[in-house]
Amino acid sequence: MEANTRSTGRLPAAFLTPGSSSFMDFLSVHSPDMLPGKRSLPPLQGAIEAPHGTTIVAASFPGGVVLAGDRRATMGNMIAQRDIEKVFPADEYSAVGIAGTAGLAVEMVKLFQLELEHFEKVEGATLSLEGKANRLSTMIRSNLAMAMQGLAVVPLFAGYDVDREKGRIFSYDVTGGRSEEVGYAATGSGSIFARGSMKKLYRDDLTEQQTLTLVVQALYDAADDDSATGGPDVARRIYPIVTVITDEGFRRLTDVESAEVARAVLERRMQEPDGPRAALL
Amino acid sequence: MSTPFYVSPQQAMADRAEYARKGIARGRSLVVLQYADGIVFVGENPSRALHKFSEIYDRIGFAAAGKYNEYENLRIGGVRYADLRGYTYDRDDVTARGLANVYAQTLGTIFSSAAEKPYEVELVVAEVGALPEGDQIYRLPHDGSIVDEHGSVAVGGNAEQISTFLDQRHRDGMTLAEALRLAVQALSREPNGGEREIPADRLEVAVLDRTRPQQRKFKRIVGRQLARLLEADGAGTPTDAPSDDESADSTDTETGSTASTASAEDKKPGGTTEPPAEG
Repeated sequence: MEANTRSTGRLPAAFLTPGSSSFMDFLSVHSPDMLPGKRSLPPLQGAIEAPHGTTIVAASFPGGVVLAGDRRATMGNMIAQRDIEKVFPADEYSAVGIAGTAGLAVEMVKLFQLELEHFEKVEGATLSLEGKANRLSTMIRSNLAMAMQGLAVVPLFAGYDVDREKGRIFSYDVTGGRSEEVGYAATGSGSIFARGSMKKLYRDDLTEQQTLTLVVQALYDAADDDSATGGPDVARRIYPIVTVITDEGFRRLTDVESAEVARAVLERRMQEPDGPRAALL
Repeated sequence: MSTPFYVSPQQAMADRAEYARKGIARGRSLVVLQYADGIVFVGENPSRALHKFSEIYDRIGFAAAGKYNEYENLRIGGVRYADLRGYTYDRDDVTARGLANVYAQTLGTIFSSAAEKPYEVELVVAEVGALPEGDQIYRLPHDGSIVDEHGSVAVGGNAEQISTFLDQRHRDGMTLAEALRLAVQALSREPNGGEREIPADRLEVAVLDRTRPQQRKFKRIVGRQLARLLEADGAGTPTDAPSDDESADSTDTETGSTASTASAEDKKPGGTTEPPAEG
């Protein structure tokens, strides 16, 4: 049993030390080797081949925010996985989508979810949205050594701010630098194309349903021009993961709902392969 | 000349137990009861911020009577233990039995160590199962023993009298409103045999609700929802006289209120019933 590291079987001192509400702080005292950033890396030559997750997009609308991701993971020029999930709920009012080394990303999300839940249970109150965003920043920074060896993890964090009553998006770089994005954001290999797509389609008065279409359009455009991003896979029925966060909390679209949005986009693209056109002037 | 008095080990332990028991008896009692859809925690607590009940993990709740700083310390230790275990293995691998064992070891070691003062706390660790048969309730007295309880349990000052009262009246498959009402009746009993009124705003109530769609089953019941459940109790008195029409009547009320609770929860997690650890 984890707790029984002493012969008496009682909880070790680290468990009963008051003061910190952070699970990561507790881990760094009790078993630092379990923290992703605290592991020593073997000396390496060249980059390591490991599955990489690709494109994540987010867009806000009055009353909430949408976070979505494609389903492809690549390893070099090979498709490592067709139905990977890269968007996760962080807690009741926020979600995180991760591009970069898939294995590390999933571990980071698991730890991040636990960090938020742990704080909530110990303190009896939830962290502010800024507080959550800062916590994620710390986690990415601790991964810097790995990032230098090509195992970067770059998330996109979106949440509903219950105090300000609006959806907010935070983007990160590999060093843990955090910036709040207005309107829309994208990360991952296809992000350039997705951002270009949203730049032309985004308006700040979109409805929730329109925003869902917007992010799926952006993912389609990313898949269109970036080989590492997967488009909707009609034959295998694999569609993007789309999540919505409003004052009612986190909701992930069911496979059927997601398929519906993706199919509507596909249908239109049959006539116009480049998608909807923005006005010239 | 400085020879200390001989104190027999029996006497030393008895003194320590006496000390701990007195400390626990100073606090208000609390009760934990099984009902049809889960486990309900009820206690008298004038504070809205310093809780006696809290969430440990998905299906596990914690209740404590006695000295606040000591049980708060154990509570946080329990949350850390559960979260670490869930992180190392899987969320399903965190069990009330494991947690109760760790608490028992901790309390037992502290109780028998001459260098430390015994903790003046009595804990309850409860886990809600997928079915009522899977529910587990463990009572952990100050000395590190574990008691596997069924149906109902009381800890704190007047625990013995309240337990007897509950044992006679508690039955399986009670609705939440019935269980809550029985709990309040039990807590209202004075040691001298009299009764006193406990106003709703001095009650702390929480449930582990197996019907909750979320992974985390712990929920505090506050404000309007609590008032509604207590009000349902004006309708009949099934615990005193569990006649057929009355229990049918209150079952209806309860179904209604659970349904409205669930829908309120689905629509607005930020409302008074949510988030789980707030209150």
